[in-house]
This record gives sequence, structure tokens and C-alpha cells, in this order.
Amino acid sequence: MGVFMRISRMSLKYRWRLIFGMIAIFMASVFQLALPILIGSAVDAASGLDGGNLKIANEMVASSIDATTDRFGEGNNPAKTALIIIAVFLFIASVGRGLSAMIQNYMGESIGQNIGYELRMLYYEKLQRLSFSYHAGIHTGDLITRGIVDVEGVRMFVQTALLRTVFLVVLIGSGMYLMLSEDLVLGLISLSFVPFVAWRATAARLKLRTNWYALQERLSGLTKVMDENLGGIRVVRAFASQDHEMKKFDEASNKTLSLANVQVGIRAKNISLMGVAFMLSMAAVLWVGGLQVIDGELSPGELTQFLAFMSILLQPVRQIGMMINGYARGSATGGRLFAVLDIDPNIQDKPDAKPLEITSGTLEFHNVSFSYEDEHALNGVSFKAEPGHTIGMVGPPGSGKSTIAHLVPRFYDPIEGHITIDGQDIRDVTLDSLRKAVGVVEQDTFLFTASVEHNIAYGDPWAPDDRVEQASKYAQLGDYIERLPGGYNTMVGERGVSLSGGQRQRLSIARSILLKPQLIVFDDSTAAIDAATEQRIRAALTNLTKDRATIIISHRLSSLMHADEILFIEAGKIVERGTHEELLALGGHYNDLYELQIRPSEQSRNSQNEGSDS
Amino acid sequence: MTNRRTHGRSHEIPPKASIKLGPTLEEEVFGEAFNGQVVGRFISYISAYKKLLWVAIAAVLVFTISSIAIPLIVRNVYDDALKDGVEDKAKLGTMVIIFLVAIGFNFVANYLQELIVGRVAERILVDMRRAMYAHLQRVSLSFMDKTEIGKLMSRLQGDVAALQEFLQTAVFAIGDFVLLIGIIGAMIWLDWRLGLMTLAVLPILFIIRIIWLPYARKSFLRARVTSSIVSGSLAENINGIRAVQGLSREYVNYDLFDIRATDNLNAANRASKFGVMMLPIVDTLTGAAMAIIVIVGGFFVLGGTIEVGVMVAFVLFVQRFFDPIRALTMHYNVLQRAMASGERIFEVIDVPVDIQDKPDALDPEEIDGSISFENVTFGYMPNQPILKNINFEVKPGETVALVGPTGSGKTSTTALVHRFYDIWEGSVKVGGHDVRDVTQDSLGRHVSMVLQEPFLFSGTIFENIIYNKEDATREDVVAAAQAVGAHEFIMKLHDGYETPLEQRGGNLSLGQRQLLSFARAIVADAKILVLDEATASIDSYTEMLIQQALARLMEGRTGMVIAHRLATIRGADRIIVLQDGEIIEQGNHDVLMELGGLYSRLYSMNYASFDDIPDELIVQATQADDGMAT
Ligand SMILES: Nc1ncnc2c1ncn2[C@@H]1O[C@H](COP(=O)(O)OP(=O)(O)OP(=O)(O)O)[C@@H](O)[C@H]1O
Ligand SMILES: Nc1ncnc2c1ncn2[C@@H]1O[C@H](COP(=O)(O)OP(=O)(O)OP(=O)(O)O)[C@@H](O)[C@H]1O
Ligand SMILES: [Mg+2]
Ligand SMILES: [Mg+2]
Repeated sequence: MGVFMRISRMSLKYRWRLIFGMIAIFMASVFQLALPILIGSAVDAASGLDGGNLKIANEMVASSIDATTDRFGEGNNPAKTALIIIAVFLFIASVGRGLSAMIQNYMGESIGQNIGYELRMLYYEKLQRLSFSYHAGIHTGDLITRGIVDVEGVRMFVQTALLRTVFLVVLIGSGMYLMLSEDLVLGLISLSFVPFVAWRATAARLKLRTNWYALQERLSGLTKVMDENLGGIRVVRAFASQDHEMKKFDEASNKTLSLANVQVGIRAKNISLMGVAFMLSMAAVLWVGGLQVIDGELSPGELTQFLAFMSILLQPVRQIGMMINGYARGSATGGRLFAVLDIDPNIQDKPDAKPLEITSGTLEFHNVSFSYEDEHALNGVSFKAEPGHTIGMVGPPGSGKSTIAHLVPRFYDPIEGHITIDGQDIRDVTLDSLRKAVGVVEQDTFLFTASVEHNIAYGDPWAPDDRVEQASKYAQLGDYIERLPGGYNTMVGERGVSLSGGQRQRLSIARSILLKPQLIVFDDSTAAIDAATEQRIRAALTNLTKDRATIIISHRLSSLMHADEILFIEAGKIVERGTHEELLALGGHYNDLYELQIRPSEQSRNSQNEGSDS
Repeated sequence: MTNRRTHGRSHEIPPKASIKLGPTLEEEVFGEAFNGQVVGRFISYISAYKKLLWVAIAAVLVFTISSIAIPLIVRNVYDDALKDGVEDKAKLGTMVIIFLVAIGFNFVANYLQELIVGRVAERILVDMRRAMYAHLQRVSLSFMDKTEIGKLMSRLQGDVAALQEFLQTAVFAIGDFVLLIGIIGAMIWLDWRLGLMTLAVLPILFIIRIIWLPYARKSFLRARVTSSIVSGSLAENINGIRAVQGLSREYVNYDLFDIRATDNLNAANRASKFGVMMLPIVDTLTGAAMAIIVIVGGFFVLGGTIEVGVMVAFVLFVQRFFDPIRALTMHYNVLQRAMASGERIFEVIDVPVDIQDKPDALDPEEIDGSISFENVTFGYMPNQPILKNINFEVKPGETVALVGPTGSGKTSTTALVHRFYDIWEGSVKVGGHDVRDVTQDSLGRHVSMVLQEPFLFSGTIFENIIYNKEDATREDVVAAAQAVGAHEFIMKLHDGYETPLEQRGGNLSLGQRQLLSFARAIVADAKILVLDEATASIDSYTEMLIQQALARLMEGRTGMVIAHRLATIRGADRIIVLQDGEIIEQGNHDVLMELGGLYSRLYSMNYASFDDIPDELIVQATQADDGMAT
């Protein structure tokens, strides 16, 4: 029950609203219960009876009659006076009920909204701090639903379950007490529907809830299918796989349909059963109470009072089911939400973290090892990147180059060894200062659905226009953007389909260099850019990179052959290192690549076949 | 909240970020209350379930009538059976039996209405979603390019659900309407004077509701809109979390999110004020109505004009008659929302499918693998041609390479081979047939592609490679993986080919993803293979191994290869150099080198290290492709 405790603790912050809500609840119950009594005495008064057993109401009415007759003197028909007075009370009780219900509901909703807001902010903040390893393992759709559906679940719990439980307990409890003390037998009969309805409502809600979760699960499966289909629409078209995709869709969709039908079935069965239970006990009350009235043991007003009580209790008894649902859903959604909120981001500032102090901007890897799961993705990697120097990295797919790039801004932490910038272990400095100092141009470009300008200025949204323009000029994108009909306001989207591959990459380069980071890592970020354009980008950047350390990961040797040190990475290890000339002289893998890319002759390709070992 | 901190700069200068609060949102959430066209089309989806729905409507009517009957029976009990004597006991017995019968009807009708309406609504939801989804599989890519996936998803989910809700309320609204009329009728029939007096509160409620509605609607609307903005910005942050963290944008985003969430909080609180405001109003009116019944009815009873049962029935009715009014005004909201949703759904379904198979489109079993472009002109936007007067021919079995500066139109050219878009002028022929004369499915079978951006689906590696080629065997899959050099790393994974991929293959390196997408194209076993930068993220050595394996596979197949790394395409039979959407050079490597044009310049840049390139060459190359992408 830790979840409820936490939610309740959160709501204690809204102390005054809670107190007002509670007071309103008691008022509402009092007014609510006064209504049937008043109606009963009205019926008796109209029948000319003085309402045998309706004690409370009679006393009230009697004293009021005394008061009025005192004032207006005798001569009025006491029954009429009674009716008028009852009517006034009825009106007052109704208004009172309405007002207190309003206050009670508003307080509940407002506490719920506020807690929803708090949770939302906490969730958002937590997601932003959770590291790549968390995000890589979870589908974005799931995270989004959690932030929407689960926050809503907790909010609904606070709003409907928390305060209203008190209301229901008070109302049903005192209602039952009043009826039973009025007439035990008739009271029992009128209440006979209560346990049945409560049981059905509870059972149904529990079933509905389990079903609801299963349904939610399948819906998220369906969402995944649709989302990936639309995101991968070009693949779908290229393989003319519409039929295949429709099959996937139908499968997922029919699964949700069958569960939804179960849901409807449970609901239909229970709503109608609860209705019939209520009406059956009403029939029983009519029959038993009617006989008593005929025998003169009961007044018609009392009978009416029971009927009115019953209809007043029906709604709250039905709500028991809603409550239970609210609790169940609250505990499940709250549990899922708190599970995320409680994760300790494995990458965060140390308590005594200081901002990174850049003196020269030297990056150093000391014997760094890393693994995503159990296999080592990096194994004892050491190198040093000095300001003004360029480190080149090359290697087969999956060798760990991007992994190295991701360790620098601490997207992941090494499991062995350490990384320093100007002698400071990057785990000892604040993340914010580190990431401001390090710019990684990611291999996999992600653009936001926003204008070109907003995308380029993403890292510094206050950057003046001329800096944005300059950054895009450096990335050789300026001319292209200016020729677009909307210029810098042209929208690019999602993964930026309406830009060509190279244009997308250049936008991403512009976005990073706008920040002028002290250390720049280009992770294969010119793969889709032709050599001439790349050349111009590099020429434009010489000023920027002059006194900064640069890491270039590339498969195109011309991009990195001029680096001060070139690392050949294979299976997470640096297997060759040195300058271009040194590596050529070594005659290893790098030389193989060189032969393949640069030397156009056919023979070299053949000699490659025999010469290489891996 | 430890990390909560505001960004150093004030928000007085707004950040470069869009806080979307469009003025058009009003129309997006609520449409006009009634749109004949939307309803008409909606009905066409319903008509498949016409019979069931009639049953449901009948059930709703029976339910309503029995609901009205019950207070009337109670009244009869009071007036006829509660005097004294033995007959009355017998009468009471009869009444109770009638009551039980009414309950029986009520029960069955209630069950049926809930069940049928619920199920039909679910079915229609599925039908509509399917219709929209199936349509999206056919609409042209130029539409999809312009459309945000999130928007489409919200149509496939939210809007469809709004229509489902509409169907449900529509059926129940009939019930509510009948109930209202029934209660009014019954009251007037019981005693018209008392009836009319009690009903006097109805117009008051109506008037109050009508005044209240526009304000309340506006506040509800704001709550909904702000809430969807909050959801949208949460989604954006989650999708782009890598960029957010990489560019240290957390604090700015947190502040922006706070603005939106606070906005939503205020709107929601305001909306709930409007919501709860109705409670005391309705209760006051109920109280007034009851007071009227007690005073006037009571006086009538005392005077002998009516019997006490009538008064009881009135009290029971009054408790019920505000419900249908409340429900009906709520239905009105649902109705408006449904109209807006319906419009959006049909808007999608109505997007014309500009690229359609001709009725007599050919579906050739075999083609010869030739490709030819004749005077092709094409662009994405009117008056902005991307490809201009392109002419080339690829003979069966030949491998042709496309090179050129970024944005020169290479990817666009390959898209035309597959008829992703229709060209403006000229003709594209595949296997000797104009692509417009054959079915798109046959193009899918005969042309397979490795797209520039490797896209993988959730599912296992095996499922991704085999994709829609269901008749491929496990051996085919493994052979393809071996050919592209992916087999080795796949086998190193925990579950080998059964390893599940994270979203979009996130647990693989980009190069590995590219290899899988390559393998997928090979398994497709098509006559023509289009490789758009298929090895851009792969080192040359692995690439060479792939090329060797491919040499065997490509026998008798036609290849179309795009690469920036010119070494990749050196061995192509023919190289086509594109610039600014025009073919400027054509020929094999040696011919082009001799020519000394753009190709040889680009090639030498690949070849040389930067310092080695003479300045004038840079200037030349720079000028040469300055005019790209007009
Ligand atoms: N779907 C689209 N809608 C609108 N314009 C587009 C679309 N796709 C590409 N373009 C534009 O058409 C031009 C050619 O793009 P294309 O993708 O064919 O270039 P590319 O030669 O493949 O370039 P790269 O080498 O960078 O991949 C570019 O200016 C691009 O912005
Ligand atoms: N999020 C992840 N979860 C699990 N394994 C991963 C993840 N990301 C990468 N890997 C694995 O770690 C290894 C190194 O991947 P990395 O992305 O560093 O390769 P790379 O050298 O950048 O390759 P490429 O040239 O293809 O970009 C690969 O075997 C890859 O499958
Ligand atoms: Mg990589
Ligand atoms: Mg391209």
C-alpha cells in the first residue's frame, strides 16, 4: 500500500482543500439523508396523518408549526402549514446538498489536478535525466502512454476515490442506520440489494480492470504496429508489402477487439444485474411494506421514505464499484509511475560535482572498457586528444566507435577505466557543464518537427539570427535554406523526410557547431555528404577547430587521413594506431582500407583478398 | 526535483521554440453540431450493422418505457391497493406481479442495449480505423512526406474513439429523449395542473444551460487543447531525448513544459469550476420542483383532488427528470466533437490516391531487368523541378552507379524507378514497361531497394530480414546475412537470429542496421536491386566482402547503386553523374576520369588528403556544384 501512502502524502500538501472537502462531505450527507425523511413526512401530512414513526422530521415540523402558529395565530389548517414548512425544508436541504456537493467535488478535482501536475513535472524531469541505457530499452510509445495514461489514473484516483470514499462510507453507513432503526424488517428488505450490488460492482470492476490492463497492452501493441508502419512507409512501399502490413494490423486489431468485446459484455451483464437487483428489492419493499400499510402498521409516508431512501442509496452503492476500480487503477498506475520516478539515474551529478574547468581542452581515455549487456563493446581503450589536434577513428560496423563517442558526454559510463578532460574525471564534474563542453554530431540524425531555424538553434534557443545563419553557412547549408520558399521558417519534420540525406546531416552539423563546443565529435556525420561539400565544411570549420580537440569517425579515409592520430577499432579494441603514414607503413587493416578506397587499380583489390586475415 | 533550475536567461526574450497554441484549435476540437455529409458517410459504415442497431434501438425504447412504467405502478399501489381489506392484498399481489414483469423487461432490455450498442460501437471503431489505415497504405508518398505521423496517429486513435463515443451516445440519446417526453407525458397524464407547475422549472434549467454552455464549452475546450499540447510536448521530448540530452536542452525544455503544464492545470481547474457549478443549480431546481409538489400536490391531496399515490409518483419522477436533460446537453458536446473528428477521419480517407494501378495494368511474372529514363522531369513541389530532362538506360544485368553532390537528386531518381511518385514529363520504363502500365505490386516484386535510411521494425532479426517474403526459407535468410557479412555478428548475439530488436533497431550499431536492411533486400530476390548509399556506414573492407558476395548474387540482375564514396562504385559498368537534377556526365570510370569533369574532380578529392588538393581544384569543385538544388 506504499503507493496509496505516497499519493495521500502528496495530497496532504493541500491541507485546506482537504479540510473544506471533508466538511462539505458531512454537510452533503446530512442534507442528502434529510431528503427522504422530509418526503416521507410530506406524504403523511398530505394523507392527513401526523406521520406515526417519522420522529425526527415530526419534531422539526412540529416545532416549526408551533412557531408559525404562534405568529399567525390559530385558524390555519395544521396539515397545510406542515406541508408548507416541509416544502421549505425540502428546498433548503436540496440547495444545501447541491452546494456542499459542489464544494466537495471541486476540492477533490482541484487536489487531483494539482497532484497530476506535480507528477507530470516529476516524470518529465526524471525522463530527461534517465540515461541512454534506460531509454534504449524501452519503447518511446510506452513511455508516452505512461506519462499520459498513468498520470491520469492517479489523478482520477485522487479526484474520485480519495475524498469520495469518506463520503460514501458516511452516507451509506448513516443511511443504513436510519433505515434499520426505522423498521428492521423493511429496512433489511430495502437494503437487500446493497450487498448484491456491492459484490457485483466490485467483482465486475476487478475483472474489468485486469481486462483493462490486457487491453491497454494490446492497444500499445497496435499502436506500435501503426506507428512503425507509418514511420517506415518507404520500406513498406519499396517491398510492396501492404498485404503483409495489413495482416499485422488485423492481427493486432482483432486482438484488441476481442478484449474490448469482453469488456462490453462484463459491463452489460453487471449494469443490468445491478439494476434488476435494485428493482427486485423495491418490489419486495412494495409487497411487504404494502401489506403493512394495509394492516395499518405503517403509514404510506414511511413506505415512501423507504422507497426514496433506496433511490438515494442506489447511486452511491453503484459507486462502490467505481471506488474499487479507482483504487485498483490508482495502485497499478501509481505503481508504474513511481517505479519510473524512483529509478536512480545511473548517470547523474555527484553530490560534490563541480563545473568542468576547461584549461586547454584535452580529452583522455584511460584504459576504458564498456559493455551494453554482457559482451564487452569496448575493451581497454586509451587515447589522448589535444587541443588543435584531430583523432580519426575507423573500423568495421559494430566495432564500438559510436560507443566511444557516447562515453565522452557521459551518455553511458565506462565500467572500467576513466575519462578525463583537462585532468578532471568526467564523473566528477557536473553533467551540464560537461555536455556544454562536448558536442557530438550523432550518426543517426534526429530532427524535431519544427522550423529549420528552431532545429539549428535547438541547443541555444536564444542564439541570435546571425549566429544561426553563420552555423548553417559553415555546414554548407545556408545557400540551400535561403533558396527554400520559407527560408529559415521552413518546417522540417520527424526524421526530416523532405530533406535529402546529406541535407539532414548538414543540419545536424549546424546544430552542433552553433554551440561552439570545446570538444567536437563527428560520428560518421558526413557519410551522406559528397567529398566536395565535406571539404568545404571542413575548410569553414578550420577556424573553429584550430584550438579545439576534434574526433572524426568516418569510413571515408579522406576525411580522416590527415588526423594527428588515427585509431583503427575492431571488436572494441584499438588494434592499430598512428598517423596515416605510420599506419600505411604498418601494412595492416588500415592499409587494406587505403588500398581499397584510394588505389583504383584492380590488382590491389585482388591482393587484398589473399592478404587480409579477418 | 533536485535538478529543477531555471535556465540562466530570462523568458522575456522568448526562446526559439514553438509554443503551439494555434487559433485553429477551436475548429479542431469542435465542429459544427451537425454536418450532414459526415453523418451520411458515418451511416454508410453503420449500415452493415443495421439489423443489430434496430434491435438495440428497440431495446432502448423498451428500457425507457419500463423505466417510466415503474413509478406509475408504484402510484397505483398507493392509490388502489393500500386502503385496507383482503381485496387490496390481492390487488397488491397483482401489482407486484406487474411490477416484476416490468422489471423483467427492464432487465432484458437493459442488457441488450448495453451489449449491442457497445459491441457494434467497438466493431465500427475497428472498421473505421482499418479503412483509414488501409487507405494510408495506398496514398501517395508526397502526401505522407508532408504529414506528421503523430497527427495521423491521433486520427487513427483519438478521432476514431470520438466517433465510437458518438455512436454510443446517439443511441442512448434516443432513449433520453423518449424518457424526457415520457416523463413529461406521464406527469401531465397523472395530473396536468400539478404536472405543468412542476414542469415550470424545466425552461429555467434550459435557459441556464443555454447560457452556461458556451462558457463551459470554451473552458472544456481549453482544458482539452492544453492537455493535448502537454501530451505532444512530452512525446516530442521522449522521441528526441538523445538530442535533448546531447545538446543540454533539458532546462529550457523543462521550463517550457512547465509553462504548458501550468496552463493546463489552470484550464482544468477552470473547467471543473464550470462543471461543478451545475450541481447546486440542478439541485436547487429539483428542490423547487419538490417543494411545488409537496405544497400544491399536498393541498390537492388534502382537498381530495388527487390521491397520494400521484404525489409519490411525482416525487419519483422529479428525481429522474433532470438526468435526461443533463445527458442531452452533454450529448450535444459529444456530437460536436464527433463531427470534427469525423471530418478529420474522412479527410484522410478522401486523400486521393494519385498513384493507382490502371484498370488494365500488367502484372508480369518475369521481367528482363532493364531500366530506362526518357526525358524525365520531376519535382516535389510545383514549378520546382528536382530532376530535369533525365535520359539514361540500364541494360539487363548491368550495374549502373549514380553519383553527385548532396541534394542533386539521386535518391529521387531511384524513387521513380519504384513509382513512389509520378513524373511530370517523359517516361520511366522498367523491364520494358512504363511503370504506369504495370501494377505497383509487381514493381515491388521486381525491384528491391536498400533505402538511404535503414528502417527496421520491432521484432526479431529473422523477421526483419525475411520481412514480407513469406516463402523464403531459413537458409535464404542466413545466406543473405552471410552475403552482407551480418551473419557473424548476429551469431554473436544472445539469441542469434531470434534476437528481438529494440525500437528501430536501437540495440545495433548503425552499420549493423544497414547490413540487415541490405540483407532484407537480398532475400526479396528481385530482378533489380537499388542500393541507395547501402554501404555508407560500412567500412570499405566489409564493403569489399559484400561486393564479392554480391557479384555472385547479382548475376543476371540489374543494379542501381548510389554512393558518395566513389571507391564503392568504381567497378560499375556505367557511372551517371548528376548535378542539380541534370545528368552532366556518363560513362565508365576510365572514360570519366579522362573527361576531367566533376567526377574526376570528386574522385580526386576522395583520393587525396585535404592538404594535397591544390587550391584551384577546391575552387573549381566548389564552383562546379554551387548551383545545387534550385
Ligand atoms: N519528399 C520530398 N519532398 C520535397 N522535397 C524533397 C523530398 N525529397 C527530397 N527533396 C528535395 O529534393 C532534392 C533532391 O533530393 P534527393 O534526396 O534526391 O538528393 P540526393 O541526391 O539523394 O542527396 P543525398 O546525397 O544528400 O542523399 C533536395 O533538395 C531535397 O531537399
Ligand atoms: N543500445 C545498445 N544496446 C545493446 N547493444 C548495443 C547498443 N548499441 C550498440 N550496441 C552494440 O555494441 C557494439 C558497438 O556498437 P557501436 O554503435 O559502437 O558500433 P560502431 O563502431 O559505431 O558501428 P558503426 O560503424 O556501424 O556505426 C555493436 O555490437 C552493437 O550491436
Ligand atoms: Mg556507429
Ligand atoms: Mg539521397
